[in-house]
Amino acid sequence: MPLLSVRNLTTRFATDRGVVRAVSGVSFDLEEGEVLGLVGESGSGKSVTALSIMRLVPEPPGRVTADAIEFDGLDLMRLSEAEAREIRGARMAMVFQDPMRSLNPVLTIGRQTTEVLRRHQKLDGKAARRRAIELLEMVGIPMAERRLGAYPHQFSGGMRQRVMIAMALSCNPRLLIADEATTALDVTIQAQIIDLVKRLQRDRGTAVIWISHDLGVVAGLCDRVNVMYAGTVVESGPIRRLFHRPGHGYTVGLMGSTPRVDGAAAHRLTPIEGLPPNLIDPITLCPFLPRCRVAVAACHERPPAPRQFAAGHWAACFADLVR
Amino acid sequence: MSTASPSPAAPYRIPSSLALAARQFPRHRLALVGFVCLLAICLAAALAPWVAPYDPVQIKLGSKLKPPSWEHWLGTDHFGRDVFSRLIWGGRTSLSVGALVVAFAFTIGVPLGLASGYFGGRVDNLLMRLVDAFLTFPPLLLAVALVGLLGPDIQNVMLAIGLVQAPILARVVRGSTLAVREDVYVTAARALGARPTRIVLSHILRNVMSPIVVQLTVVFAAAVIAEASLSFLGFGTQPPQPSWGRDMSEARRFLADAPWMFMAPTGIIMLCVLSINFLGDGLRDALDPRAWRTRRRLADGEG
Amino acid sequence: MSRLLEVDGLDVHYGAVKAVDGLSFGVDRGRTLGLVGESGCGKSTTGYAILQLVRPSAGRVLFDGADLCRLDTASLRRLRRKLQIIFQDAHASLNPRLPVGDLVGEALDIHGLFPGAARAGRIRELLDLVGLAGHLIERYPHELSGGQAQRVAICRALAVEPELIVCDEPVSALDVSIQAQIVNLLQDLQQRLGLAYIFISHDLSVVRHMSDEVAVMYLGKIVELAGKERIYAAPAHPYTRSLLSAVPVPDPDLEAKRQRIILKGDLPDPAHPPSGCRFRTRCPIAIERCAAGDPPPQPLAAGHWAKCIRLSEGS
Repeated sequence: MPLLSVRNLTTRFATDRGVVRAVSGVSFDLEEGEVLGLVGESGSGKSVTALSIMRLVPEPPGRVTADAIEFDGLDLMRLSEAEAREIRGARMAMVFQDPMRSLNPVLTIGRQTTEVLRRHQKLDGKAARRRAIELLEMVGIPMAERRLGAYPHQFSGGMRQRVMIAMALSCNPRLLIADEATTALDVTIQAQIIDLVKRLQRDRGTAVIWISHDLGVVAGLCDRVNVMYAGTVVESGPIRRLFHRPGHGYTVGLMGSTPRVDGAAAHRLTPIEGLPPNLIDPITLCPFLPRCRVAVAACHERPPAPRQFAAGHWAACFADLVR
Repeated sequence: MSTASPSPAAPYRIPSSLALAARQFPRHRLALVGFVCLLAICLAAALAPWVAPYDPVQIKLGSKLKPPSWEHWLGTDHFGRDVFSRLIWGGRTSLSVGALVVAFAFTIGVPLGLASGYFGGRVDNLLMRLVDAFLTFPPLLLAVALVGLLGPDIQNVMLAIGLVQAPILARVVRGSTLAVREDVYVTAARALGARPTRIVLSHILRNVMSPIVVQLTVVFAAAVIAEASLSFLGFGTQPPQPSWGRDMSEARRFLADAPWMFMAPTGIIMLCVLSINFLGDGLRDALDPRAWRTRRRLADGEG
Repeated sequence: MSRLLEVDGLDVHYGAVKAVDGLSFGVDRGRTLGLVGESGCGKSTTGYAILQLVRPSAGRVLFDGADLCRLDTASLRRLRRKLQIIFQDAHASLNPRLPVGDLVGEALDIHGLFPGAARAGRIRELLDLVGLAGHLIERYPHELSGGQAQRVAICRALAVEPELIVCDEPVSALDVSIQAQIVNLLQDLQQRLGLAYIFISHDLSVVRHMSDEVAVMYLGKIVELAGKERIYAAPAHPYTRSLLSAVPVPDPDLEAKRQRIILKGDLPDPAHPPSGCRFRTRCPIAIERCAAGDPPPQPLAAGHWAKCIRLSEGS
């Protein structure tokens, strides 16, 4: 049985311009110890998917529906807010893009790291402190004991992200969701953080959902990728298959748009022309159709159904990209 | 709603941003209400000899402190003068004090604030110390001193109030300018080779208009009240000349017996200030494209 | 090929913080110099200092032979036409109160270009040049997408017919697909108009794609400079090497095989930089002698040098 199983997740937001369908009918499974990448551009629904699973979408204006979101034997859709709070931070944890805004600026690092431990693990002051030092050392913060009294602004961006990861891991969660966790960091610091996540995942068997717009980071870290566009998963597959034999026009476009540091890309990038669709308007055909370079006749007639190419690799695309 | 966009074949005209703003203003309903009210009050004051039913200074002791009636719409005061007529005539004093003080504060305070905020350094230091010096005096005391020095003439009253209000406005403008000066589009304009005058007028001033408009409505209200206080102290308009502020402060003595005497000038001042506030809101929104109600679809395709 | 811009010993110091310290490099007409480094390395300040948007504390910026640092205000204003800049946050670089037509038109007005009847036609031509539809002329910045806003900013810069454009992280805030559109646009414009670029970015992949030459900055100094092919194929400075090794490649097989050089710790406090080589506190091959003094540039090949004393050890 998978650790996390999401079926037909749909998240809408009421705005004064109409109802925005941020996520429409997303389904996927995540095995224990697996690293799943969610790739897509801004507005593709990857963050909202994560927030919906975490039950962190404010309702209203949001509205989350799903046939099922099963996690670790629990139906998340049926949990009360109090029960969801018990699970968040304990069995599933999340790390966000902006480590400055996710830490409270007026509380010390020590206070914030021990709080989670006290609440979820019911540790007393001393034990929580010991454990916090252990955790900070584990994520590579030198002289952790002395730094417990420091405030977030005294830490660099990379250090703050480490603290966030330490806090996320403090209760040994079975699932870690990282939302653009390294996007705001410099590449050398990003390398440190990814290295850390890989190590933790290997040592503890934590499952990870890694949300990123950066194909390179995903290629180096994930076992499997879901490519998202306009609130839907348009392609899903094991990492090597998806990168070497992409099956969706959008995945191909994304790769053609990405410059490569190893210079293997063509001399000229092939951008995706146009802009993503407005998610207020109903989408009846393939959402990528207006920007697609490989569209075929069928694309203009009906919405594409997922096509299976190999075990675990499918794409909702009519074009025969995978042979 | 779609705004008229020229067909591809039409020659390219670029509507000026002011023309576009003017198109926006009437869409702001409250602003329109404010505008109409203010216009009516101004017209009544301007046409006072024809509009006012009675002589505002004629004393009729026989009909003093009469409550509102068909004869005297807003009643009479302690000298039997018609309150409604005094209101209309008083508007001449109060409105002109308000308008001139606003104009004075704007012409002195805005350039001062802009220069201080934009150039910074020594200019800023000098100007702001000057403003500080002005602001350390209680405003009314300063005005009293100035009027005492210059003579209790209505023009001097306006000047005195203006001199008190201008530094306050200057300070507000300076603060906003300091913030806007660091915006990237100002750097972009500098990189283009724009002169400081262009940067200040076409970039900074446009973006500090909102606080200016807000502050000016405050200035107007303050001016009307200040005129009242000065008149009350015997420095402004001399009795029996009507003025809203003056009548208001005189009416306090009859608050229990003849509340209409107090309510009429208070009401009109409130109406004016409210109208100006709405007008200010409308102006502010009309000058800010982000507040316009025309919602065009964002981006129909890159290129 | 002629040098269009020559920067010599450029310093920008804010008190104890040496944001830019002794930079020297040049840009040829029609070519692109990439300026890479991580946040706080002074790459954006360098761009601003070249344009005299921040005043350099010392050094020379020779543009076509004229030292921008020593020009009087009027001459500098005239010369600004030749050097333009585009910013990372395109929306913020456009006055929110002006429609696109006025934003571009203002650039023409400032330098008295295409006055009167010719103005509107020229604006349309310029919009066309950057691939913007004519009806956008009436739009205000908040009605534009990120990519469109950056096109308007580019359009405005082009209006004054510059020879050099400083591109300060121009695509970093954009989505990948839009980023590629802008990168291609910048390349096309360079070809058509013979522009020179200083392309400032933290993204080594984009810099590789855009540049002819690349300078790597660390804490206010250039640590290595070389032609593009050379620096990506044979990086010499330990910082460049770790930087390049840290950049992920969108290829799972390559990623699995790659050896990362993971740096220790964080950037030092710029107000108290390490003595000697500024990189030595995080350098994997630092020795005691690195603390002794500022390492001089080691020439490694034609047009390639790096500031690291360990390179001369004949390893």
